Amino acid sequence: MNERIYSKNELMIVNAARLLQDGELVFVGVGTPNLACNLARRTHAPNLTMVYEAGVIGAQPARLPLSIGDPTLVSGASAVCSMYEIFSLYLQRGNVDVGFLGGAQIDRFCNINATVIGDYRHPKVRLPGSGGSMEIAAWANRCYIMTPHDKRRFPEKVDFCTSAGFLSGRAEREKSGVRGRGPQAVVTDLAIMMPDENGELQVTALHPGVELQDVRDNTGWEIKTATSITRTAEPTSGELRILHEELDPSGIYLN
Amino acid sequence: MNKLCSLQEAVASYVQDGDLVYAAGFTHLIPFAVGHEIIRQGRRNLTLARATPDLIYDQMIAAGCAQKVIFSYLGNPGVGSLRIVRAAIESGAIEWEEYSHYSMITRLTAGAAGLPFMPMNLTAAPDLEKINPNFQRVVDPFTGKEVMVVPPLHPDVAIVHVQRADAEGNAQIWGILGEQKEAAFAAQKVILTAEEIVDETVIRSDPNRTVIPSLIVDAVCHVPYCAHPSYTQGYYDRDNDFYLQWDELSKSKENVEKWLQEFVLDVKDHAQYWRKLGEATHQRLKIKDKFSTPINYGEF
Repeated sequence: MNERIYSKNELMIVNAARLLQDGELVFVGVGTPNLACNLARRTHAPNLTMVYEAGVIGAQPARLPLSIGDPTLVSGASAVCSMYEIFSLYLQRGNVDVGFLGGAQIDRFCNINATVIGDYRHPKVRLPGSGGSMEIAAWANRCYIMTPHDKRRFPEKVDFCTSAGFLSGRAEREKSGVRGRGPQAVVTDLAIMMPDENGELQVTALHPGVELQDVRDNTGWEIKTATSITRTAEPTSGELRILHEELDPSGIYLN
Repeated sequence: MNKLCSLQEAVASYVQDGDLVYAAGFTHLIPFAVGHEIIRQGRRNLTLARATPDLIYDQMIAAGCAQKVIFSYLGNPGVGSLRIVRAAIESGAIEWEEYSHYSMITRLTAGAAGLPFMPMNLTAAPDLEKINPNFQRVVDPFTGKEVMVVPPLHPDVAIVHVQRADAEGNAQIWGILGEQKEAAFAAQKVILTAEEIVDETVIRSDPNRTVIPSLIVDAVCHVPYCAHPSYTQGYYDRDNDFYLQWDELSKSKENVEKWLQEFVLDVKDHAQYWRKLGEATHQRLKIKDKFSTPINYGEF
């Protein structure tokens, strides 16, 4: 049993980390995905190759980089290249196994909005925009999305489609001819959702202490559920220790 | 030709009102000192282009230098929002033109290579393409399939900070390379700032590390700590605390104006700015050495 009580945010990060497999090449995004990838590399996936859009390949950061262009990413990395090269030779060419993305809004078909809430020309809330998200969602072999679970973040349809999930359904993405297979899972602080055969999200796993109704109450459409819903394992004391002591000791992301 | 001059002279000569300015550097080597000098010289109606506007454009927009921003990621990296640029866009006070990282950098690369446009694969994401007419599709003449194309970006002036350069402007960079080379080749004029000005023999001892050649450089300025609160690999650390503090400070217009007055307008140059940050900050940003293994080019 864990002596430490864990937060919802930690549940999200730990479960996202567990989706990464050892030996994969992952394109790491800013924020909580950065924590998840670094946690995976320090636990079950020591041979994870972390690629950062700043142009760093095989990063082995000694400290958690606040930004994805931190100097700790470079010292001890296996290669550094220009931004044009990281996006073309690595991502567009098809050398990235996994992309990790966040987003202000995720919709029924896993489309991501990182650009604007409201009308584009007269924004209610202006968000940071694509960064590399548009290309990562399109060209990584598969993608995972991390975001806290609330109604505002899960509308039935995004206000702006910054990055393609399955558009109006899996067939539309396939017709577009983009190389990546698209989002494979959305990990929130309540649950894990995966796209069904049509690309529509369905609840496949609930975190400890979460009821299906909690997910329904916090999703902006009538979310489907898988035939059998599993329960995710609690964060281990080892995972929590790495997060708090090694990766985010000042609690920038965890608190 | 020796192109050494003061940063004041370089900005006075090569940055004009209304220019399209590209201050390069992806998180690394962001030329804050040049942004501050542009603020001090009171340039107006600039179009500021950068993949990540970062705090440098937040500060320049707060100071009233710009009428338009071109970007692909409008955030304080790892922290949150760029509050000033964001507010200027939300209120309609400033024009903007938006890309994804790859399309933005592809524009610069087209500009750097002298091409009329450059292709990139489709991404299936519909909306950026809808709102920005610089995304166009053409048919690939070899396969008959559609590709996306974007036009070149040609800054009037690119500003590039580097670890070391000689007096002619042969410049070496290590660490994150960002879009420095593309920005410099795409621009009409290039202002180069360097942590160190070195003898030509130092540059020639390691030619593979030269990212920017003197032939495209117009001014070379010796500006130690130019990138603070960004960083220079091997010289000083990123001031993450400053990035976090800016998030708080920039919530208030009054505090931003006070900061600009105290740290930009009331200082003479970047050396004074650096001294003003104080000894505790200098110590905090000090780094431990980690040298690469020397390589052998051969003597012929």
